[in-house]
Amino acid sequence: MDIIVCVKYVPETAEAEIKIDSTGKAIEKTGLVFDINEWDDYALEEAVLLKEKLGGTVTAITIGSEDSDAVLRKCLARGADDAIRLTDPQFEGSDGYAIAKILSKVIKNLPFSLILTGAQASDDGYATVGPILATLLGIPHATMVKKIELDDGVAKVNRELEGGLEEIAEITLPAVLAVQTGINEPRYVSIMGTRKAMKKEIKILGLADVGLSENEVGETGSWIKTEKMYVPPVEKQAEFLNGSPEEIAAKIAEILKTKGLI
Amino acid sequence: MTEIFVLTEHRQGQIRDITFEMLSKGRELAGKTNTELTAVLLGKEVKNHAKTLQDYAKRVLLVEDTQLENFNSDAYQKVLSSLIKEHKPLLTLMGHTSFGVELAPSLAVSLDTPLATDCIDLEFEGETLTVIRQMYGGKVNVKAVLRKAESYIVTVRQATFPVEKEAPMNGEIVEVPSPLSEEIAKKRFVKYVLPPPGGVDITAAEVLIGIGRGIKDGSNIPPVEELAKTLGGALACSRPIVDKGWLPNGCQVGSSGKTVKPKFYLALGISGAFQHVLGMKSSDVIIAVNKDPKAPIFGVADYAVVEDLFKIVPPLKSKIEELKR
Ligand SMILES: Cc1cc2nc3c(=O)[nH]c(=O)nc-3n(C[C@H](O)[C@H](O)[C@H](O)COP(=O)(O)OP(=O)(O)OC[C@H]3O[C@@H](n4cnc5c(N)ncnc54)[C@H](O)[C@@H]3O)c2cc1C
Ligand SMILES: Nc1ncnc2c1ncn2[C@@H]1O[C@H](COP(=O)(O)O)[C@@H](O)[C@H]1O
Repeated sequence: MDIIVCVKYVPETAEAEIKIDSTGKAIEKTGLVFDINEWDDYALEEAVLLKEKLGGTVTAITIGSEDSDAVLRKCLARGADDAIRLTDPQFEGSDGYAIAKILSKVIKNLPFSLILTGAQASDDGYATVGPILATLLGIPHATMVKKIELDDGVAKVNRELEGGLEEIAEITLPAVLAVQTGINEPRYVSIMGTRKAMKKEIKILGLADVGLSENEVGETGSWIKTEKMYVPPVEKQAEFLNGSPEEIAAKIAEILKTKGLI
Repeated sequence: MTEIFVLTEHRQGQIRDITFEMLSKGRELAGKTNTELTAVLLGKEVKNHAKTLQDYAKRVLLVEDTQLENFNSDAYQKVLSSLIKEHKPLLTLMGHTSFGVELAPSLAVSLDTPLATDCIDLEFEGETLTVIRQMYGGKVNVKAVLRKAESYIVTVRQATFPVEKEAPMNGEIVEVPSPLSEEIAKKRFVKYVLPPPGGVDITAAEVLIGIGRGIKDGSNIPPVEELAKTLGGALACSRPIVDKGWLPNGCQVGSSGKTVKPKFYLALGISGAFQHVLGMKSSDVIIAVNKDPKAPIFGVADYAVVEDLFKIVPPLKSKIEELKR
């Protein structure tokens, strides 16, 4: 069973201060800490678990600049066998459609029975790359996958629906499965693994190697184009409770009391 | 005159709320673009739904087929492609839900139609479609334009567009024969799986304390649980807490968890991703504690506390004990 995992190197932004840069179309990246996209972390783990059970190979693939080698090194350290990075200045400004096009061109020449992606990337939140990739390759897909069982050319998957409800679906392989968080417990990287991973080669391909023209990628090859980025307007102005922790605690308790909850 | 399509979302005999949200927005857009609003309904024996939808659209396009009994994106894609090719709607709206996320991207590729996902607003300026979407977990908004085309597909966020009370439209039901000639073979629905029963019913609690990734470790949960007990309330949480196995599934609030409406919701270390907010924004009083003054959760909170949650929990517990004495 040869498996391909698509991974993205993304900035951690939940706790960071975000500034919009001078172009007004992107955020200031300096000072942000980057790591593997949370959903891809689970996808990678799932790929490695399946390989451990069924044999075969895991190939990690990313589109990104040189720093994203770090995410590929992490994949190699965690059990991936090969790593490919697709990079070109022309890729800049690609939306989910253009990203999926680039991935499909390279993946179609690789041996695989299964492709795993994350359900979404935490930065752009498109949730489109997996299903578009599948459609371009002419194979089926399932999204928000919370369980995978492989049996005789068929993936039996649990798809998360809404409010805790799930469905079980059967997908004929080869297929793309977009993985939801919580499907497994991503392992820690061992020091041995990290050392070994440093020695492995990362294959690097550009626009020409991929076999796409300039206008099929980047903004011109995309469905959507960013006009501007801005701080969301405040819809409902919360009242700030200020003071020392004790004073704040007293204010919260007071609110509970006036609501008749104490 | 062209149309705006709204894809009806229904499961197990119920039309989902997002459908009416989209129909409301669709009506507004149809008015502005001088197009007609069409509800598209695919299913098996769903005429009762068609009748309901008549009030909300100018036309209800109804396709019935046994293969449409349970949502299957491959079957939906084939039927919708054929309807879109025939009617050439200016826009097709669907929810950014387990339906739309599975269906919209492949539909867009197969029709070579530009797609924008998870939009919180959209507007036509002439033939150009501009959308507003969010990035970085809701910390920034993006205004984006779609590549110019004759037809567009957009998925919209749930609970974003209000359902306006408007005069019934008395739409016409148009039955279309199913274009599905062969069996959908590569993707098959097997069955639904219900969440395991049991545990605390967080939807019944008057007071909820929701914990998020800010709690850092499972070992930090007991003091918060104590606080919840002191208040006679229950513990709830965001998704990562369940993913890590620190609290059971039943405690998760949000689109893939429970929807709660307690009298009091205290959010501790939760950033406020829309999937979480969907499940708790109707609470009476919301207090959010977060170290980050820009955390999106403050956009739905009544009271905001910019502080380390670990500094707030202990004095809050003593204060409440004091007041209870
Ligand atoms: C299809 C789908 C369905 C989903 N369904 C759900 C769902 O039902 N429910 C859900 O919750 N999520 C859901 N999610 C996940 C969601 O997108 C977010 O990833 C998740 O809600 C983030 O959880 P969080 O706020 O706890 O963590 P984070 O976003 O990491 O935020 C942690 C917050 O804690 C703050 N913090 C850190 N330390 C402290 C401290 N000491 N004191 C105070 N504050 C601190 C930080 O500033 C930050 O704001 C879903 C995602 C997808 C794709
Ligand atoms: N630049 C990229 N390189 C490799 N994979 C990607 C990239 N962007 C997105 N993906 C994959 O597609 C998934 C969904 O991303 P998105 O559609 O952008 O929300 C991610 O979880 C990744 O698995």
